[in-house]
Amino acid sequence: MRTIDVAEIRDAVRRAVQTINIHTPEPVMIQLESILQLEPSPAGRQAMQDIVDNRRIASARQMPMCQDTGMAIIFVELGQDVHLVGGGLHDALTEGVRLGYEEGYLRKSIVAEPLFERVNTKDNTPPVIHVDLVPGEGLALTVAAKGFGAENMSWARVLTPAEGIEGVKREVVRCVEAAGSNACPPITVGVGVGGTLEMATLLAKKSLMREVGVRHPDPRYAALELELLDLVNATGIGPQGYGGVNTAADVRIEYYPTHIAGIPLAINLDCHLQRHTRIEL
Amino acid sequence: MTDAHRLTTPLTDDAVRALRAGDRVLLSGHVYTARDAAHKRMIAALDAGGVLPFDVRGQVIYYVGPSPTKPGDVIGSAGPTTAGRVDDYTVPLLARGLKGMIGKGTRSAAVRAGMVEYGAVYLVAVGGAAALIADRIKRVELIAYEDLGTEAIRRLEVEDFPLLVANDISGNDVYEQGKAAYKRTP
Repeated sequence: MRTIDVAEIRDAVRRAVQTINIHTPEPVMIQLESILQLEPSPAGRQAMQDIVDNRRIASARQMPMCQDTGMAIIFVELGQDVHLVGGGLHDALTEGVRLGYEEGYLRKSIVAEPLFERVNTKDNTPPVIHVDLVPGEGLALTVAAKGFGAENMSWARVLTPAEGIEGVKREVVRCVEAAGSNACPPITVGVGVGGTLEMATLLAKKSLMREVGVRHPDPRYAALELELLDLVNATGIGPQGYGGVNTAADVRIEYYPTHIAGIPLAINLDCHLQRHTRIEL
Repeated sequence: MTDAHRLTTPLTDDAVRALRAGDRVLLSGHVYTARDAAHKRMIAALDAGGVLPFDVRGQVIYYVGPSPTKPGDVIGSAGPTTAGRVDDYTVPLLARGLKGMIGKGTRSAAVRAGMVEYGAVYLVAVGGAAALIADRIKRVELIAYEDLGTEAIRRLEVEDFPLLVANDISGNDVYEQGKAAYKRTP
């Protein structure tokens, strides 16, 4: 049995929301610089230059890369042999977001209720929280900031088994085409397939949390990721929608067993910012 | 790409007429910030027979909701937001002489027709390049709707704000042109 004070979790979240909004991990910088080098479209290349320069300025000046500093999403992998003390887990995660957004001069973009009053909560809380209980004494947090330019262009539906792989290809291309410039390409396309409708959506989101360059362990799915990337990049949308061959930086798929009667499918787009990090406590 | 047009606000009809979709622009002078909530109020004011909080003739509106300003800085990060969300409010402003709009993403058919009819341009900045753009903002002044917070109308003094012409007065669209040039059969 391991004991962890939730204050430690709170402070990890507090630091993480600032880091992901301000600083660029090296693998992401390498990926974007490589797109800049390879993009043939002059306007697309100019956009990539601005994207790369912006990351350096944000980091040097300690200011967020984008004014939309997102809704915070936190995935918790909690070891079942961990005993949390000092308060509630959800309260600590929420408090971490509140402190981090305040200290980091990050924009508060959350409204308390989606339909009627839409009043801003003024501290960017609450975050969206997903907790998984796992074996052992570990505790890992994946913290993400999701802007709504790309979230707004994402969708989920259930295909018939007959629609199959071709149906998935058709829907992914349709989603990216509909998003066009609005999702801030070069995007990362997260595809969740199988399970139930809400599981597919969660899988799509989880795929966006992968490290740059990691393919699906199943070679069939890894090959499909690359095929979808080619299909998406054939659209011509390009960086920022200005035209070009780099509409997406990557396509990732996660799957789960599903029912004999359907193929739940969710497509979750991420903008070029790719703001997420994983912390082990 | 051609060299950038160096423009200063207010925009003249001649300056606007010289711009073509795909041209680069470095804009200096003043731009007015407004996004969804401020547009809703401006149009409600016009519908009620009132006046706009600033004279839009020859001016440029920037669709932006900046992040909070750190002590000692002029402004927080200030990149463009999706323009399509204010499409429904835009044509009445064009009819009153608005000459330029700055945002990101495509515009509706009605807004594009309005730009042709009233002689205005839509300029785009790179979404997410908000720290780079903040560096080009030299002064900020609150104009109206302070209660809207990040969505209040502010006048920004900008220097060499890097932009691309997305829609010109002849109806050309950089998104359509760019996509057509690089679309391929997979």
